[in-house]
Amino acid sequence: MAVKSVIEAVREAIREEMQRDPTVFVMGEDVGARGGVFLATQGLVEEFGEERVIDTPLAEASIVGIALGAAFRGQRPMPEIQFSDFVWPSINQLIGEAARTCYGTNGAVQVPMTVRIPYGGGIRGGLFHSQNVETHFFHTPGLKVVTPCTPYDAKGLLKSAIRDNNPVVFLEHKKTYRLVRGEVPDGEYTLPLGQADVKRPGSNVTVVSYGLTLHYCLEAAQEVAAEGIDAEVVDLRTLTPLDKDTILTSVRKTGKLLVAHEDNITGGIGAEIAALVADEAFEYLDGPIMRVCGPDVPTMPFAQTLEDAYTPDPAKIAAALRRLAAY
Amino acid sequence: MPPRKPRARVDARNGGAAVAEAAGSLPGNLSADDLVDFYRRMVLCRTIDERIWALNRQGKVPIAASSQGHEAAQLGSLLAAEKDGDCFLFPYYRDLALKFAAGLTAEQVMRSFMGKVGDPYSNGRQFPLQGADIPRKIIQISNVVAAGLTQSVGYAMACKMRGEFTVALVYFGDGASSQGETHEAMNFAGVHKLPVVFICENNRYAISVPQRKQMSIQEVASRAAGYGFPGFTIDGMDFIGCYEATREAINSARAQGPVLLEMQVERFTSHTTDDDDRRYRPSDEVEQARLRDPVVTFGKLLLEHGVLTQEQVDEAAATALATVDAATDAADSASPPDVSTLHHMVYSS
Repeated sequence: MAVKSVIEAVREAIREEMQRDPTVFVMGEDVGARGGVFLATQGLVEEFGEERVIDTPLAEASIVGIALGAAFRGQRPMPEIQFSDFVWPSINQLIGEAARTCYGTNGAVQVPMTVRIPYGGGIRGGLFHSQNVETHFFHTPGLKVVTPCTPYDAKGLLKSAIRDNNPVVFLEHKKTYRLVRGEVPDGEYTLPLGQADVKRPGSNVTVVSYGLTLHYCLEAAQEVAAEGIDAEVVDLRTLTPLDKDTILTSVRKTGKLLVAHEDNITGGIGAEIAALVADEAFEYLDGPIMRVCGPDVPTMPFAQTLEDAYTPDPAKIAAALRRLAAY
Repeated sequence: MPPRKPRARVDARNGGAAVAEAAGSLPGNLSADDLVDFYRRMVLCRTIDERIWALNRQGKVPIAASSQGHEAAQLGSLLAAEKDGDCFLFPYYRDLALKFAAGLTAEQVMRSFMGKVGDPYSNGRQFPLQGADIPRKIIQISNVVAAGLTQSVGYAMACKMRGEFTVALVYFGDGASSQGETHEAMNFAGVHKLPVVFICENNRYAISVPQRKQMSIQEVASRAAGYGFPGFTIDGMDFIGCYEATREAINSARAQGPVLLEMQVERFTSHTTDDDDRRYRPSDEVEQARLRDPVVTFGKLLLEHGVLTQEQVDEAAATALATVDAATDAADSASPPDVSTLHHMVYSS
């Protein structure tokens, strides 16, 4: 067992899967000699060659479209979108085509493709290097959406994503890349898609989150624990499939639910989880379902003051926990 | 196999220098059986196409896009793909004749157009003949124009990675040639010298928008020069010419990378059954175009060369009609998909 960063865990997962399966390959902007702008693919072109680590032209629609076509022939492509903010030109291929391929061919064509996308803010990226794009994919049947927050989860989930026969959008919060470190077991392991993880057990209130915000939830839970509020923090890990059972089990135990995420609040994942709990655990609720989310502005702005104001940080989450616990 | 001279065409990369040859000859490597077989397929395609439009007016087919006028381009290239034996096809929404002639039964086609169980492409989820027909090596996920181009390039790349020699044939209209993905697909295919034949069925209309409003060039094929591979403009109403050009293009694509074939065709119908082209096309344009009807032209050519007799021509028409009649009845009485299938296959296992 060694302590690693998220980016190291991601790189290790890609490398091991490429060693294990010759059909796995990487394509994207600067993924070759540069090793990716975040160094997720560092060293791979030296080990696997330019045929399996493909530096592409700067053209996202074709990065995903070509990967999709390769998946039709049974390869396991891993296209990388350099920043989530650049995914939009490829949306037709991803949401329009890949997500509908299995259904639209009545199961005749599979899409074993994993699109890796660094996303999220808090790194002074401004409007076009900070975007949260997850809700668009979460809304789309046919895609799986993975949002790890620790090195251990990132590695185990990425390996499962690569081996999955469906298009997977694998979202790596870029602020966690080097900030978050944790133990990663030596040797082979995978984590199933669709299984949430209780990162902190508790009894008074359930907090559901994912990605970077999950760490802020843990900080907030630690802070209010001294005040006698015992929060249970549920890490969704995968948005699709959504682990409804873990959410509902926790809410039935605590009677209170807070959802926190960096993506915009309106029509977001929090809204969907609130509807789920209202539908299936209404009689267990002892307070309103609350959300601490990104506000409805286009993205986290560039200036430090505005970035901070946007962010669902530990203080905002702790304040919401106190209000919720008071019911 | 005797060497074939190139037929009338323009190599856009060489500044449009025409290499001409007497039109209407038969290629040495096609047997009479091949030619008669493809004539029959072409007649059957036209017959079912016309019937589908009639069924639309009767309320039995919700929507159809016609191949009428495109048959020589679609079937000529299909014959080349069949002769090659290792091609994978990415058609577009106007390729009814291509998809039918690739080996479906008339009843399967009719079931698809009526949205019945047994639709071989999607079992009633998609527009007719859209989805995939893997046994006949065909994928068309959507009718978002040009989306199949990047996918075909990826397919060809995957085959190359796997040490296979498959050539991808991807079909699109002049309308799709304006899409950004067309540029991206051709650019990437050129960089990696991938075995792809880009086939533009240019009927000069993107629904109602004429070519002069779509591009400032005369020939789509001239775009190939910008991607570093050859482009040819050919008469898409000439079955033999389309066959020969595609055969050469497939060989060339496998050996040295992509080829763009622009097949100049005529659209005999409105864009779809929901369109009325009288609003935007000169009244005599289709009339004039029909003088070059590819089905009639091909039949005449085979008669002239003694490959086909008038009796066989008549018999092909009668057989096609009987086949389409039977297929219509069978599909009409077939079941629609059970509602329990609504949730099937959202994900693959």
